[in-house]
Order: sequence, then C-alpha cells, then structure tokens
Amino acid sequence: MLHLGPTSPGPSSMNSDPLAKPPHVPLLELMGVFFRVGVTSFGGSTAAWLYRELVERRGWMDEEHFLTALTLAQVLPGANPVNLSIYVGSQLRGGIGGAAAALGMIGPPFCIILALGFLYREFGSSAIVHAVLGGLAAVGVGMTLSIGFKLAKKVRKPVPILIAVTLFVTVGLLHWPMIPMVLALTPLSIGLERFAGRDAAP
Amino acid sequence: MSETRLLALVLVFAPLSLLSFGGGQAIVADMQHQVVDVRHWLTGPQFADLFALSRAAPGPSTLIAALIGWQMAGFFGAVVATLAIYIPSSFVVYGAVRWWHAAAASPWRGAFERGLTPVAVGLVFAGAYAVLQAAHVNALQIVTTIVVAGLLIYGRVGIYLIMAVTALAYGLLQFL
Repeated sequence: MLHLGPTSPGPSSMNSDPLAKPPHVPLLELMGVFFRVGVTSFGGSTAAWLYRELVERRGWMDEEHFLTALTLAQVLPGANPVNLSIYVGSQLRGGIGGAAAALGMIGPPFCIILALGFLYREFGSSAIVHAVLGGLAAVGVGMTLSIGFKLAKKVRKPVPILIAVTLFVTVGLLHWPMIPMVLALTPLSIGLERFAGRDAAP
Repeated sequence: MSETRLLALVLVFAPLSLLSFGGGQAIVADMQHQVVDVRHWLTGPQFADLFALSRAAPGPSTLIAALIGWQMAGFFGAVVATLAIYIPSSFVVYGAVRWWHAAAASPWRGAFERGLTPVAVGLVFAGAYAVLQAAHVNALQIVTTIVVAGLLIYGRVGIYLIMAVTALAYGLLQFL
C-alpha cells in the first residue's frame, strides 16, 4: 500500500490529501524523470538518484514504500534500475507507466553503449585498447565480487550456503547448464525458507 | 541470414532474462558459455572486452546484450538483443509487483525474498569466475580484481576514480 504520512515531503497539495492514493503524474513527466536519472546516474548510484527525485523532490512515494520497491527490484530477475522504474511507473500509471519509465531509464545508456560499441569495432584491435579494457574487466570482476560478498553476508544458515556453493561449483566451475540448476534449486530454497526457516527464526 | 541471427539472439537472451536474479552479474557465466563456447559468436578475450565496456558505461550491466547484438547483427541486433534481455524479466516484475501488494500478509513474501538470495550469491560468484576465465587473465589482473573488490567492500572509493586510475595505469604499462 502507498502511505503518504504527514512527514512525507513533497508538494503541499499532496499533504492535504489524506487518501493513500498515488498522485496523478502525466506520462511524459514520468518518462522525463527516469530519462534524466538514466542520463546522470552512473553504476550503482541509480537508486540514490531515484530516491532523491521520487521521494525527496517530488513526493511521488514515501520512504518505506521506496525501500520495498528497491528490495523487490533487487531479488527479482532483471536489472535493478529497470525493475525499479517498472515498479514506480506501474504504481503511478499502471502498465503503460511502467513501460514509459523503463524506456526512459534504458534509452540514454543504450545510446551511450552503442557509441562505445562503435568505437570498439573501429579501434578494438589496437594493443593499447585491449590492455585498457583488460584492466577495466578486472575492475568489473572486482565490482561483481564486492556485490557477491555483500549479498553473501545475508546467507548464514548451512543449507542456503550449500545452495549458493552448489550453484557456483556446477554453473561456474563445471559449466553445467544454468537453467535446469536454477529451476531445481530456486523452489527448494524458497520452500525451505517458507517451511523450515520459521523454526530457526529468532 | 541476418533474420536467423536475430532469432538466435532472442533464443539466447530471452531465457537468460528470466534468470537474472539480482541483476546482470547472475547470468554472465551462462552468457559467456553460450556466446563463446556453444555458439562461437565471440572469442573469450572479445567477450571479456565487451564485459569491460558494459561495466565502464553508465546503465545496467545487462546492456552487454546490446553490445553482443551490435557485434552480431548491427543496430537491429543491438535493439533485438536489448528487448530480449529486458522484456521477459519486466513482465515478471510487473506481475510480481501486483501480487506483492495483493499478498501483503502472506508468509510467502519473506520466503521469496530470503530464498532468492543464496541463488543470486552462487550465480554472482560463478559470473565473476567465468569472466576471469574468458579473459585469460594474467597475475596483474588478478591482483587488480582483488584490490578493487577490497576497496569497494571496505573502503569509500568511488568506482569511477578506480576505473580512471586502472585505465590510465594499464594504458601506460603498454609503453614500458
């Protein structure tokens, strides 16, 4: 549910509305906000920029609701910024709003990466470009590892740890096909949390 | 000819879209396996180069699909690969958001959240290993990877500063 508490910042017209109803946002304005965030935010900062735009500046969502959106965007399949834009867009304007927000969010980076792809085609064979990209790939893997370690801190019980290790060994080291492994282990993991996790819960 | 290529792009990326729990890191291992080992679209080092570009550019790392599509079939390849990697997961998100609000009190909500985490962790580490393997890494790159991971976990260094310094250092090393 969308709560607009009395502490919720935003335009004064919204604070006078006691109903927990999302504000009416024109589609173009919705798309424009996500377009601007898509242009200006880099790397992992998308969530921070969206928080600033949606919660602090415009008051389209309250903080608690934003955090729920962020969690869902992280656990579901798909890129976090795109998932977040679909969540927010569909909350405000239904399915078409979700599509507009996602399009605004992905458009600018898509154009930038095509420009980079073009440069790679032209200059990718040069030794220096290959060396620089080799360094950036190492940085990229370091980023991936840091995300992995942050997520891994949440996995503390033996069976979930075993599930994570099994996926790493089979998909990563042994090159087993990923789809059957994920399809087998995901329901097991969720079912375990649903039915066995309660006993161990503090 | 190019139509079969576009179809092949969809067949590779659309299923991966549904499995990208926690973002693009989760599917890098399988993407590398399919694009390099199974279909021979790219060599290992080429894949590692595109991975590096996708991490250096703004936007989600799943945009590596656009780069692979561009290499395979030009502009339309990039568009088709991007749609294939985002549309399936987007429908799942849209459905899940509706269900999430309808099932506010359901114990399944927490179970989904906690249950998907170990899956994402295993896939993220598998993805890191796959890129290291595809890139035929040297000792310097392994050291770089470990230092960067340490800086990001324990330090407060911005990723763009790290990237700029690394790019400069690796570029200058070419002249030694």
